[in-house]
Order: sequence, then structure tokens, then C-alpha cells
Amino acid sequence: MKIVVLVKFVPDSTGARAFTADTTTDRVGVDGLLSELDEYAVEQSLRVHEAAGEGEITFVTVGPEQAGAALRKALSMGGDAAVHVVDDAIHGSDALATSLILSKVLEKLEYDLVITGMASTDAGMAVVPVMVAERLGLPAVTLASELTVNGGTVRIRRDTDDASETIEASLPALVSVTDQTGEARYPSFKGIMAAKKKPVTTYSLADLGVSADEVGLVGAWSRVDEVTKRPPRSAGIKVVDEGDGGVKLAEFLVSQKFI
Amino acid sequence: MAEILVLIDHADGAVSKPATELLTIARRMGTPAAVFFGAGLDNARETLARFGAEKIYVVDDAALSDYLVAPAAEALAEVVTQVQPEAVLLTSTGEGKEIAARLAVKLGSGLITDAIDVEADGTTSQSVFAGSYLVRAKVTQGTPIITVKPNATTPEVTEVTPEEVPVTVTISDGAKTARIVDRSARAKSGRPELTEAAIVVSGGRGVAGPEGFGVIEALADALGAAVGASRAATDAGWYPHAFQVGQTGKTVSPQLYVANGISGAIQHRAGMQTSKTIVAVNKDPEAPIFELTDFGVVGDLFTVLPQLIEQIGARKG
Repeated sequence: MKIVVLVKFVPDSTGARAFTADTTTDRVGVDGLLSELDEYAVEQSLRVHEAAGEGEITFVTVGPEQAGAALRKALSMGGDAAVHVVDDAIHGSDALATSLILSKVLEKLEYDLVITGMASTDAGMAVVPVMVAERLGLPAVTLASELTVNGGTVRIRRDTDDASETIEASLPALVSVTDQTGEARYPSFKGIMAAKKKPVTTYSLADLGVSADEVGLVGAWSRVDEVTKRPPRSAGIKVVDEGDGGVKLAEFLVSQKFI
Repeated sequence: MAEILVLIDHADGAVSKPATELLTIARRMGTPAAVFFGAGLDNARETLARFGAEKIYVVDDAALSDYLVAPAAEALAEVVTQVQPEAVLLTSTGEGKEIAARLAVKLGSGLITDAIDVEADGTTSQSVFAGSYLVRAKVTQGTPIITVKPNATTPEVTEVTPEEVPVTVTISDGAKTARIVDRSARAKSGRPELTEAAIVVSGGRGVAGPEGFGVIEALADALGAAVGASRAATDAGWYPHAFQVGQTGKTVSPQLYVANGISGAIQHRAGMQTSKTIVAVNKDPEAPIFELTDFGVVGDLFTVLPQLIEQIGARKG
């Protein structure tokens, strides 16, 4: 079983996140890391691999030099190799361009299963996985809360607002997994040391046959006109319950016409 | 005026409220035209007419319900190719976004997701980085495809007589590769939809167990509200995951958000901090949730909430 996991290097959501002067997400001037939601994808790849008892796992990311940290984190959890697409022209790429680059990487690799997280923690569009599947003509089963592979079939459970669904697709296929699939393991010391020796292949756009004007800000199919920081919410009234907390809260809600 | 296509989100013809919001937005931008997939048009016709759908493109193909979104994306791409609309609007649900994503690749069109507003010229507003930034953007290539979050606008009644246009589409075998093999429907609570509700009452770790949600539900019912839960509460299995508010759950932006026993971690704030008014009840006076609240009560939710419910009952008379 050959598995490819697509991962993203994102600004730390618990730290200060910002935009740069060209209205793109600041990925260089802030603390970044492997997207928390991608850790679930890495974990599922390891579990599928352990159940299959053979095969290999490759992690793929697109991003600046710093994004290599996301690959090293994934490799410290397990897996065999990684691919990093780095090119100055990629800066400012939208979801369509990112999906194009990822699909070109997948064309170079052998895989039975592609696993992704449910969304990034920065843009959070949750569209790149299906865009990649659409470009490659792969079946996509998304938002899995449980994932099993049996022979040539992947089966997931998905919990939507109004139903619990079981969905199947034949391999090769793409699966996105939610945070319900199970906690990601912590890298062991041995894992961290081993990760340093695992091969990371670097590709440029030229290596993938993608032209610079198809990606980046130049190739973007939408344009950001304005980015405004919202004023932080200011704390309002705080009362300590002295037996009348519910009454005071009711009075506030009446004053705001909610009751 | 050019047509603005709205993919109608419905359950057997029961049109969702966000879909009527999209028809209202479409009227700002041009001529609203509904795209209706699957069975149930007889139930939907009146609502679509009332909210101003000048046309209804109807596609009824079994593949649309038996498989995941790939057939819907193919069908919508065919409708777009035939109609040549000015823009395509979809609801920002998981399914809506997936259809939009595939459509963008098929048509070579720009895509904007999770808009909280769309102006007449197609300029969108999005709330990003857990609500800390507002982004205004516009699609510059192809037919703009925009997914819009619930509560982006108030649906406006514009009574029309829609023209119905049946569309026959060809669904490729390639789109029929991910099959739904089993589906068990969840019981309905009878409360408003979480993402559409004007008031949301949520419980977190401080609720201390599944039985603790009884008082949360009672307050929700007294206020006519939806029930939400923090990740701590859903991960512990105290309340179903479908009700989780936060980064990995639902994003809500109601008129009033009532956080009970919720500390206010970034994970949770990402899902609720654009709410108009926020109140909280928490034992810990240092809980970060109090940085966001218009009114906070430091106290035990199991004494404060029953008193609040009693007050609401008394005032209703």
C-alpha cells in the first residue's frame, strides 16, 4: 500500500496571525507549524500502513523554505520520505493553483491512497483535496470520521448534520479525515532522530512542468481588494454570582431585548 | 439582466433558509435563477417563487442521490455551460463547497468560499483568522463561483412566477466512483439549525457530563435557541459532534451567544467570536471567555441557569 499525505505549513493559530503588504497570509514573519488538522491525516496514514503491514508513506507540501518544518514533523511521527515544492513564483497562490501543483506532484509519485486533513487552519476553505481529486480523476471521499482499507476498497464513515453515512470507493482514491478519526501520536525521540535521515526531495515549478504564470499572485483567479483588522472585542460587564446571578443575567438580556 | 444561478440546498424539496438568502443576494447581482437537483420540486416550487427565482433549472437524475458530489458538480457544470450565467452561488456547507471546488476546476473559474456578504458587483466579504480580520475580495477569472455562509442576509420576499426549464445531463462513469452504501438519519431535535439560529446556547467542560446538558437544553428551549457544545464536551461524548462550535465544528454568528462552562480556547473562539452579543457563565473568573463577553457571570452554571430560566418564564407570564 503506497500512501501519499498532503500537508500544509500554517501560521500558529494560537499566536499572532497577520497579512503582508501584498494582502497574502504572512508565512515567514510569524511562528509556523504543521497544521494541527493535518496531524490527523498523518496519523491515519500510519494506522492504515500498520494494518496493511507493508508499503510506504510519502508526505508532500507546497510552501516556502520554512514549510520544510511541517515535513520534518510528519516524518518524526513516521513515514518514509517527503516532497517539498519550493519556488518563489508560488507566493500568493490560490486554492486552484495549489491544487494544480499538488496534482503534478502526484503524477510523479506512485500511490494507492491520498490522505489529507479536513481543512487548513489558516484559509480553511477545505477545497484543495477535492480540486486535486477532480484534476486527477480520482474518487474523493471526504470528511471521514473513520477510515478503513480492505483490499482494493476504502470505506469511511461520515457524520453529517442529519445522518451518519458509510461511503466506499475503489483505490486509488483520495480521503480527507476529520479530527474525529483519533488523536495523533507524539513523535518519539527515536522518531525525531530517524526523521533527520529520511529523504526530502525538493521540486521547483519547472521540475513539475508548471509555468510560473499559472500560479502565484499573477495566476490567481480572485483578487483581494482589502484586508482590515477587526477591533478586538472589549470585555463588558462581569458580575460575581451572589445568589442573584441568574436574575442579573436576565435583566441584561431584557435590556438587550432578547427576552 | 444576466442570470445568477443559485444551487438550491434542500431535503426532499424542503428548501433551506440559506438557499432563500442566496436568492435574495442573487437579486442584487442580476436575475435570480434556481438550480434544483433531485426529487421534491413540488414541495419547493412555492418557496422558490416567493423568494424571487425567475427560473428553475430542474435536473432529476438518480446518480445525484446515490453518489457523492461528483455527479452534482458535473450536472451544475452542464447547466452553467448552457445558461452562461454571470455568477454561481452555493451555500457554504461541506457539500456546497465540494461542488463549488469541482466546478471551479471544470470551468476554469475563480472561487471564493465562506462569504459573509456579497455586493451587487460580486465583491465578497469574508471573516478570517478566527474572525480577527475582514477580507474583501473578488473573482477575476471565468464565471465567479461563490459559497455563502448562513445568515449573510435576511431573505426578502419577491413573489414571481418561475419559468421551469428541465435540463438533461449526462453523468460520466468517472463521477460514480464514490458510493453511499449506507445512511442512517439522525433524529431531529426540533430546535433551530445551529448555523442559522438567532440565539445559540452552548455548554462546555463545566457542564461536567451528558446529564448536565439538560439545563443547557432547557435554557435553549426557553430562549427558542439552538444548542451548541465545545470540543471538550463533544470529545468527551457528552453531546453529539454535529453540535460542536469551533474550528473543527460549526462557525456560528448569531445575535446572541450564551457560553456556559466554556473556558474560551482559540479553538472555540474561532467558531463564535463574530456573534453580535456574547454572554457567559463560568466558575473561573480568569476564563479567557470573559475577554469577549458583553455580560459575564462568575458562578456555577447549575445555580445561575435554573434561576435565569425561571426569570424568563416569569417574564413571559
